[in-house]
Amino acid sequence: MARIAGVDLPKDKRVEVALTYIYGIGPALAGRILVSTGVNPDTRVNALSDAEVHALNSLITTEYKVEGPLRTEVMMNIKRLMDIGCYRGIRHRKGLPVRGQNTKNNARTRKGKKRVTTTRAK
Amino acid sequence: MPRSVKKGPFIDAKLANKVDQLKHSGLKKVIKTWARRSMIPPDFVGHTLAVHNGKKFLPIFITENMVGHKLGEFSPTRTFRGHSGKKADRTSKVH
Repeated sequence: MARIAGVDLPKDKRVEVALTYIYGIGPALAGRILVSTGVNPDTRVNALSDAEVHALNSLITTEYKVEGPLRTEVMMNIKRLMDIGCYRGIRHRKGLPVRGQNTKNNARTRKGKKRVTTTRAK
Repeated sequence: MPRSVKKGPFIDAKLANKVDQLKHSGLKKVIKTWARRSMIPPDFVGHTLAVHNGKKFLPIFITENMVGHKLGEFSPTRTFRGHSGKKADRTSKVH
């Protein structure tokens, strides 16, 4: 069983894909990691040798910021915006779109599920 | 698209001059400004600028974290008073 950068262990998948299950590793970075470690991207995770797992693990944990540290970095960046009280920070605080999107309609990702307005009693 | 690095940051020259003078005089005074488009350079830190929002000047104390942002980001131009609807809700939000 492959345990890389903490808790991630999707087996039965090709390593190229399995690596993207780690927070902070996408298809592009997964490809680059496999090139620099010399692991064949087509091997399944449960077919990886211990040496290969070790190589991947050490490369990822030393070279890249993934999982917990990456999450805290993102959170800190958002927190900074909120603390200095700039426009973007205010939008984060209010849970509204940050990058100037319209909010007349849609924007449901940020605003969350639609709140049903109770129709006025006659 | 971000501003070209070649040009360097845009800092309102008049405002920068004023801050510079204030620094030399050693006084702490609030400077009124309309230069919302001006970037905040490191030497503004510790000063208070009153940034116009189209209606009034909002005093903003510049801290280290604000460097690299534009002044206008700290002086919101819109007031959202809530949507119409429940009356009790509206009256509580207005004043």
